[in-house]
Amino acid sequence: MTDAGGKKVASETLLKVEGITKIFGTLKANDGVDFDIVPGEIHALLGENGAGKSTLVKMLFGSLQPDGGTIYWRDSAVSITNPMQARALGIGMVFQHFSLFESLSAAENIALSLGGDVTLSKIAAEATRVSHEYGLPIHPDRLVGELSVGERQRIEIVRCLLQQPELIILDEPTSVLTPQEAEKLFATLDKLRAEGKSILYISHRLEEVQRICDRATVLRHGKVVGHCNPRDETAKSLAAMMVGEDIHSIERSEISAGPSSEEPVMVIDGLSQPASSPFSVPLSGITLSVRPGEVVGIAGIAGNGQSEFFEAISGERLQDKGSRVMIRGNEAGRLGPSGRRRIGAAFSPEERLGHGAVPSFSLSENLLLSRHASDRKAYIGPLGTIRRGALTKTLERIVKALDVRKSGYDPAASSLSGGNLQKVILGREFDRSPALLIANQPTWGVDAGAAARIRQEIIDLARNGAGVLVISQDLDELLEIADRIAVMSDGELSETVPAETVTRETLGLMMGGATPEKHHEERVATMEAGQE
Amino acid sequence: MSFEMAEAILLTIATAATPLLIAALGELVVERSGVLNLGVEGMMVMGAVTGFAAAQLSGSPWIGVLAAIVAGAVFSMLFAFLTLSLATNQVATGLSLTILGLGLSGMIGESFIGTPGLKLQSWVIPGLSEIPLVGKFLFAQDPIFYISILLTICVWWFIFRTRAGLTLRAVGDSHGSAHALGIRVIRIRYLAVLFGGACAGLAGGQLSLVYTPQWVENMTAGRGWIALALVVFASWLPWRVVAGAYLFGAVTIAQFHAQAQGIAIPSQFLSALPYLATIVVLVLISSNRRMTMRNTPASLGKPFVPER
Amino acid sequence: MRIELVRRPNPSALYSALSPLLALAITAALGAVMFALLGKAPHLALYSYFIEPLTEVWSIHELLIKAAPLILIAVGLSVCFLSNNWNIGAEGQFIMGAIAGSALPILAPDFQGPLVLPAMLIMGMLGGMAYAAIPAVLKARFNTNEILSSLMLVYVAQLFLDWLVRGPWRNPEGFNFPESRNFHADAILPEIMSSSGRAHYGFVFAIIAALVVWFTLNRTLKGFEIRVLGQSPRAGRFAGFSYTTTVITTFLIAGALAGLAGISEVSGAIGQLRPVISPGYGFTAIIVAFLGRLNPLGIVAAGLVLALSYLGGEAAQITLGVSNKVSNVFQGILLFSVLACDTLIHYRIRIAGPARAE
Repeated sequence: MTDAGGKKVASETLLKVEGITKIFGTLKANDGVDFDIVPGEIHALLGENGAGKSTLVKMLFGSLQPDGGTIYWRDSAVSITNPMQARALGIGMVFQHFSLFESLSAAENIALSLGGDVTLSKIAAEATRVSHEYGLPIHPDRLVGELSVGERQRIEIVRCLLQQPELIILDEPTSVLTPQEAEKLFATLDKLRAEGKSILYISHRLEEVQRICDRATVLRHGKVVGHCNPRDETAKSLAAMMVGEDIHSIERSEISAGPSSEEPVMVIDGLSQPASSPFSVPLSGITLSVRPGEVVGIAGIAGNGQSEFFEAISGERLQDKGSRVMIRGNEAGRLGPSGRRRIGAAFSPEERLGHGAVPSFSLSENLLLSRHASDRKAYIGPLGTIRRGALTKTLERIVKALDVRKSGYDPAASSLSGGNLQKVILGREFDRSPALLIANQPTWGVDAGAAARIRQEIIDLARNGAGVLVISQDLDELLEIADRIAVMSDGELSETVPAETVTRETLGLMMGGATPEKHHEERVATMEAGQE
Repeated sequence: MSFEMAEAILLTIATAATPLLIAALGELVVERSGVLNLGVEGMMVMGAVTGFAAAQLSGSPWIGVLAAIVAGAVFSMLFAFLTLSLATNQVATGLSLTILGLGLSGMIGESFIGTPGLKLQSWVIPGLSEIPLVGKFLFAQDPIFYISILLTICVWWFIFRTRAGLTLRAVGDSHGSAHALGIRVIRIRYLAVLFGGACAGLAGGQLSLVYTPQWVENMTAGRGWIALALVVFASWLPWRVVAGAYLFGAVTIAQFHAQAQGIAIPSQFLSALPYLATIVVLVLISSNRRMTMRNTPASLGKPFVPER
Repeated sequence: MRIELVRRPNPSALYSALSPLLALAITAALGAVMFALLGKAPHLALYSYFIEPLTEVWSIHELLIKAAPLILIAVGLSVCFLSNNWNIGAEGQFIMGAIAGSALPILAPDFQGPLVLPAMLIMGMLGGMAYAAIPAVLKARFNTNEILSSLMLVYVAQLFLDWLVRGPWRNPEGFNFPESRNFHADAILPEIMSSSGRAHYGFVFAIIAALVVWFTLNRTLKGFEIRVLGQSPRAGRFAGFSYTTTVITTFLIAGALAGLAGISEVSGAIGQLRPVISPGYGFTAIIVAFLGRLNPLGIVAAGLVLALSYLGGEAAQITLGVSNKVSNVFQGILLFSVLACDTLIHYRIRIAGPARAE
């Protein structure tokens, strides 16, 4: 084991794991993992999606039980059978997909992870104190369901700090933050380190890890492939350790024809709509056009109206009049998803299981989901019967074109990994060569190889003459593939700017321009006026 | 209407409302934990028959009450085992609990048909019960009435004022988050279902030991289902359950009185009133989508299987 | 000891086929225990319950008579349940179908001829559909819980029938018995093979309905739409399928089939309206639908099994002197067993010790 040290290694390790193994069915999610954490360090756990990072930390926090190996806490072997016990030892956790309760207040959420009979008012006071001390502003009395993603994360962190942990595990904490919010988080982490706390920082963002972490453990396919000091490495060498093979760099040719010369393939004109539920975001005055041949990117922190915007363009929610959404010169605002597909549009939603695909249905049946109207002749026979042969042929074509890995010939959608299922869902649309593609978070939770492949296909589709709109939280992705970028914040969309003129930082400032909580009261008012 | 009659009507409304109130409070706790148990009717009828039989065999209506509670609780564990340990569909399992309960109670109760029952005696509080109009209503009732009022206060206090109640609400809101925090989701749901079963059993016992002290097959006559509707009507708030239960009690009693007065409406139409009222109330409540969405426990009816 | 479920990556085809049989075996075993507790010899009881009714031709006819409404209703319910619409008011739709169809021979006894029966059947289906439309529209329009509304309507339908046969539709020549007049010959659903038994064409309708619905569900876009919306409503909306249309369509299909079952029962097996025309077919059909794994062809088999439990109950009452209520208990146990066994399709079951060995 490399004692790589930009920092002096303390004599005592806080946590050590040896040979940890976890098996799900036939998959070895963790295979003999070894590493250790010393007091007062920020230790990175690096690895791409599916490498086994989350499985590993769930075992450290007692949510999962290892099938083999030993965990040592302050040099004595422990078995952590549940999260209560992990907390009692001094391990705290900030989850990537928060473990919060939307219908409860922030203070109640915090109370649930503290033992004993502390009153809510005491907890609220204590939480406010900690939140001031570490620069993490929260409102203890507000319902979590009404809060922005950033504030939810702050509640998770405050909840964790109130338990006086020695080791804090953070799972992909910056994936939901603007670059500026991330800076504030890093300051908090520095302060914690200075107090002698240890932090296990899970990420696949290399720059961050290089900036704030003292040591790193890299996982690939459930195995440790190396320990290092991230500051001694380059982003490239870290990426090579993480991915283990060369990811094809994306080829992006210039747009051939002058984009302004052609008619836009989609025009959105003053799209506004009230929120459909207490916890959703209203849209106001969105105007945007997408021309053939270009990729337009929409950046923004999750929960700022992206899913509502997607459902509005896909026709899952109709507009007040047809001309709000024009697709290839047709008024589409009053058309449902099938109507919009028939005039050349294609859609790929953020959630794969349950929105883009029916989990228990086979892949070929899932193809029919978005193709039954646009390709009716090909897939639907007399009396409305389904042509199964045609569907499986299409599936074979998609599997071949995008190198989809699956078990069995036509398995259930739920049995595929995130990356492979995403390939099928997008491949289903690429396969019909649409004139317009709207993709929401196309590579969210997808491994690096699949993500590169998907991005390349998106660019190729555009360069072959389609207009593409990509909604993504991943700024690097947008900077890589988009020609123009706009930012969505609290249900409003900024002007688009050419991608080559912006940086992560400028986009971050645009994203943070209006914080969702600021507009909450207005939002409730709009909703009450608009509904019923 | 005379004064004495108004007094008597108030008294009977309470008797008709009490089983609905108790069963609905139990189901409210169950649903707050995220479980939808449609077997209330089945547990209630099991409580009714067991309570009646135990009272007959022991000669004590109080033994009957206890037996009714135990029967409802034991019967609910069948539902809990399937839905919580085997992750079966809650709607279908609840239905099968009702079907089995109606069948089993019919078989157990067959020999008791026509047997005169034992009635739980009222507790009359001297002095206070002499207060005009409300005296009898509040202070000359059967013991289960007092239990129902106490139960309402306890359930409200438990849900909103205790740590355990907070945990219950958390489990109903998001079992995934609760599990991640180390809360024992399945255990809490077992306890909630057990409580719901005990309440339904007690409600059934009230029917066969207080309301109409005899055994008639299917004597619950849909009250378990009305209790389920009351929970929705009350948007999962205990004090609103009281309001709903007494509203339905009033409808039931009004219907009896109308029949007794010989009003020229066929008795069948009057008997249909509580059922029609349930539908009307459900429509009124559910059409306010915003309010229903805010109050429905978010994981209601969804099976929970922890990752291993 | 604790039971742990481990999700299978793909549903097990083996257990899909095996689970109904396993459930039947469990039910038989529990039944044997129950009979032993009642002081009856289990093997004799099970024999008279499940085998004896199958030994004579007339008895098989009776089986088909009981199976017909169960299959018809359950096939309709399977469409509802697959689309996640919990219509549990089929009993009410059955009654309303029977009432609507009977209106013709009761109110216009002089209108006779070959048109009467088809008209009655159509009216019966329309009656069931109209009654099923109430919870459907309330759900689609007001988001009203269909479980509760459809069930409440069962009680209303029963009371309505009761009022009719004691009031306006009572047989004027019937000595004040609560019964309607007897249907004239043209209003009686004919028997399939009258030489050997009473089974009427209701069973043929049931088989046709099962085949048509099976084809629609599994081979057509409409069936796909119903299944998608049942599994994930959001994916259905993304596909461009209409939630409201499907809610209403599936309820109407179920209502039509329950109504057809109702009028077939009245005109085929009873021959008049009475205060009670169903021994709970509408509820037993829920069990049939699940035992048949919501597959119309499986439902045909399941319907025959449940019909047997009715006949067996009657037979056991005569030969063993046990209450025919035992049938209802059997049915309840069977549904529990089916649901429990279905867990095996999606999960592997692991028994864990009280605490984990370390």
